[in-house]
Amino acid sequence: MSEPQHDEISGVETTGHEWDGIKELNNPLPRWWIWTFYATIVWALGYTVLYPAWPLLNGATKGILGYSSRANLAQSVDLAHRAQDQYTQQIRTQSLDRIHDDPALFEFAVAGGRSAYVVNCVQCHGSGAAGAKGYPNLNDDDWLWGGTLEDIRQTLRHGVRYEADPQTRNSQMPAFGRDGILDKTQISDTAEYVLSLSGLKHDAGAAGRGAKVFAEQCTVCHGATGGGDRAQGAPSLRDAIWLYGGDRATIVETITSARRGVMPAWGGKLDDATIKQLTVYIHSLGGGESSKPAPAATGAETPAATP
Amino acid sequence: MGAAFFYVIMGLAATFAVIVASLTHDPNFAIHAWIVVLAALVAIVAGLNTFDPEGKPKPVKGKYLDGVVQAGVIATMFWGLAGFLVGVVIALQLTFPALNLDTAYTNFGRLRPLHTSAVVFAFGGNALIATSFYVVQRTTGARLALGNTAWFVFWGYQLFIVLAATGYLLGITQSKEYAEPEWYVDLWLTVVWVAYLAVFLGTLFRRKEPHIYVANWFYLSFIVTIAMLHVVNNLSMPVSLLGAKSYSLFSGVQDALTQWWYGHNAVGFFLTAGFLGMMYYFVPKQAGRPIYSYRLSIIHFWALIFLYIWAGPHHLHYTALPDWAQTLGMVFSIMLWMPSWGGMINGLMTLSGAWDKLRTDPVLRMMVMAIAFYGMSTFEGPMMSIKSVNSLSHYTDWTIGHVHSGALGWVGMISFGAVYFLAPKLWDRQGLYSARLVNWHFWLATIGIVLYAASMWVSGIMQGLMWRAYDSLGFLQYSFAETVAAMHPFYLIRACGGGLYLLGALVMAYNIARTIMGHQRREVPMGFAAPAVQGA
Repeated sequence: MSEPQHDEISGVETTGHEWDGIKELNNPLPRWWIWTFYATIVWALGYTVLYPAWPLLNGATKGILGYSSRANLAQSVDLAHRAQDQYTQQIRTQSLDRIHDDPALFEFAVAGGRSAYVVNCVQCHGSGAAGAKGYPNLNDDDWLWGGTLEDIRQTLRHGVRYEADPQTRNSQMPAFGRDGILDKTQISDTAEYVLSLSGLKHDAGAAGRGAKVFAEQCTVCHGATGGGDRAQGAPSLRDAIWLYGGDRATIVETITSARRGVMPAWGGKLDDATIKQLTVYIHSLGGGESSKPAPAATGAETPAATP
Repeated sequence: MGAAFFYVIMGLAATFAVIVASLTHDPNFAIHAWIVVLAALVAIVAGLNTFDPEGKPKPVKGKYLDGVVQAGVIATMFWGLAGFLVGVVIALQLTFPALNLDTAYTNFGRLRPLHTSAVVFAFGGNALIATSFYVVQRTTGARLALGNTAWFVFWGYQLFIVLAATGYLLGITQSKEYAEPEWYVDLWLTVVWVAYLAVFLGTLFRRKEPHIYVANWFYLSFIVTIAMLHVVNNLSMPVSLLGAKSYSLFSGVQDALTQWWYGHNAVGFFLTAGFLGMMYYFVPKQAGRPIYSYRLSIIHFWALIFLYIWAGPHHLHYTALPDWAQTLGMVFSIMLWMPSWGGMINGLMTLSGAWDKLRTDPVLRMMVMAIAFYGMSTFEGPMMSIKSVNSLSHYTDWTIGHVHSGALGWVGMISFGAVYFLAPKLWDRQGLYSARLVNWHFWLATIGIVLYAASMWVSGIMQGLMWRAYDSLGFLQYSFAETVAAMHPFYLIRACGGGLYLLGALVMAYNIARTIMGHQRREVPMGFAAPAVQGA
């Protein structure tokens, strides 16, 4: 090595190398830098003693704290369940009516139902439960299959037109046009009559002809006056609430090809307590109907009876 | 002889690709085969234009092979604009889903890897290849080794980019993040990369300087490690040699760990080590000052190289990955903090004695901002690797914000600085067309990054808190869809930030184009002092 060279501005010694005009100062490592580096190393070593870290031939060191992320998770889930236990026990054993009438249980069921709703139901019924084309609005009092607690539970458990569940709610409107039951004029006339049922703008002459077709073909399900039939999931045609749309073209389309909305059965997927909470939540959204007989007459319900 | 060999190879390649295209039952694979045919034909036509039947050895122009660096600078600009544009598009798609346009080719799932590959591999990769070729020649005093192999590296790499990008749009992917291209594109990149390594090493062997400059250590570590990562992570078995699809050698958690060993070190060696190489040359050149500490450069280089490679498991906290591997991924990330900051200290302190230049030199300002963002992201990264922090940040937009403060701030800004430095040198101009436009670019980019990072911090932390929020009765409070809806305003802010960044890059492209054309804008110099941007 020749004479040490120094940088003119800082007076610091350089390494004496130069590449394309670039020199290097020989400044020492900044103290704070090297000490922080050492500190992170010491911390890292300490951490690996406390927690599972070093791989061995079979498995790895377990760490003196005995930490396991799997056990940790199981423990927090367990804690969470236990915190809710006093309520979930009751939800499981009490009848829907009893849950509905007990303020504390009701509050818990609505909160739990909402929690289950936002995970399982929003995809079709929307995060505000307002529904969408083909998916009913759950905030109103217009029910296809009934709006009592028991009706809602039945729908939730077994679904609608869900083939995998033998107890599913089932019905099928005929495809009047596609299957050649009615011709185009008849369908068009019937659509005019359906429009007239809820007071929408229609052609009176055509509606008159359509009324005859309606009486022959539609009253079996939708009723003589078009009021619908919940036993068959046949919607009322008089209330100006439309599942697929109330304009002329959509009604013609519905009569021609029919509809077949499906809701899955949640019985096998969600446990009984969750379904009960969902029931109470949906019921509470605004359109819940009361079950007819005297309330709170029934006592506890055996969980075994409702698989 | 050499020329004849070239035509034979290209002719064979074209013929082979035509045969593959006619035999395959995979339409996407056929499209790729035709792209290869086209590339070979273009190479033959371009070659014929400069064909010399007598085969006289051409006189070597200049001491250094700079044509390939010029091409690299232009490619960097081009792919940068393309990648930033796609980034803004997908940011807008997240804000307004209708912009997916309901076609397979334009949906977010295909455009997202197009964006990441375009910015990381096309923009960043071209910047790294171009600057490494420039820097290694200047700091060794030797011309690039192996004749025109550097040109093969350049064009071969562009072919890789085109095959990767078109593949994403066609739906060809092996579903590994940042390693989406299928087996045949991976094989091609391996060939190109080995050639790149050969050129770089060959040039180092021919060096006229006794020592190897620190920038070259970083570039070399980047080239070697990327080769290793690329080969191992892409080990797979093609379903057919005449089809695009392949299956990975790894499965389950082993696959996940290999992928994140690769993914994290793509960040560590591609986006960090490579660009530190860039910093170690261009910052002292632009500042006209010596590197602050040789000792620090040695210690932080080896510490960085040794520690980075183990940090990947922090991407898999709280997964099926065994606890011991998660622990190691975390503690190695924490230990990585100071080695990363060693580069920041060396970069920033190199300016001591030249801080006044920040007033007059917007290119230097850009580089300093890059180093500042580097320091910030390399603090944020170790912090996010801590398991309890990660349990909040993981899977949220915070990660996206973190990546972009590193990518836009560090990688982008240091590359812009290098290109601003290189353009006048490579085309032998007095200086840049306009220093004031560089200043515009600086502010557009900086404000863009701040909007981007800040909005993603807020949205990411909010998202994480919403996911884990419980009501008083112990039920989850929010649905996933509600968390998505809550992020909408922040997505809009992010898209605006990205838009500003793109706008800055457009200003730069204009400035660089005018510089290449040899124009110089008549303008009041920056600051109060002498003419701006004299380079170094």
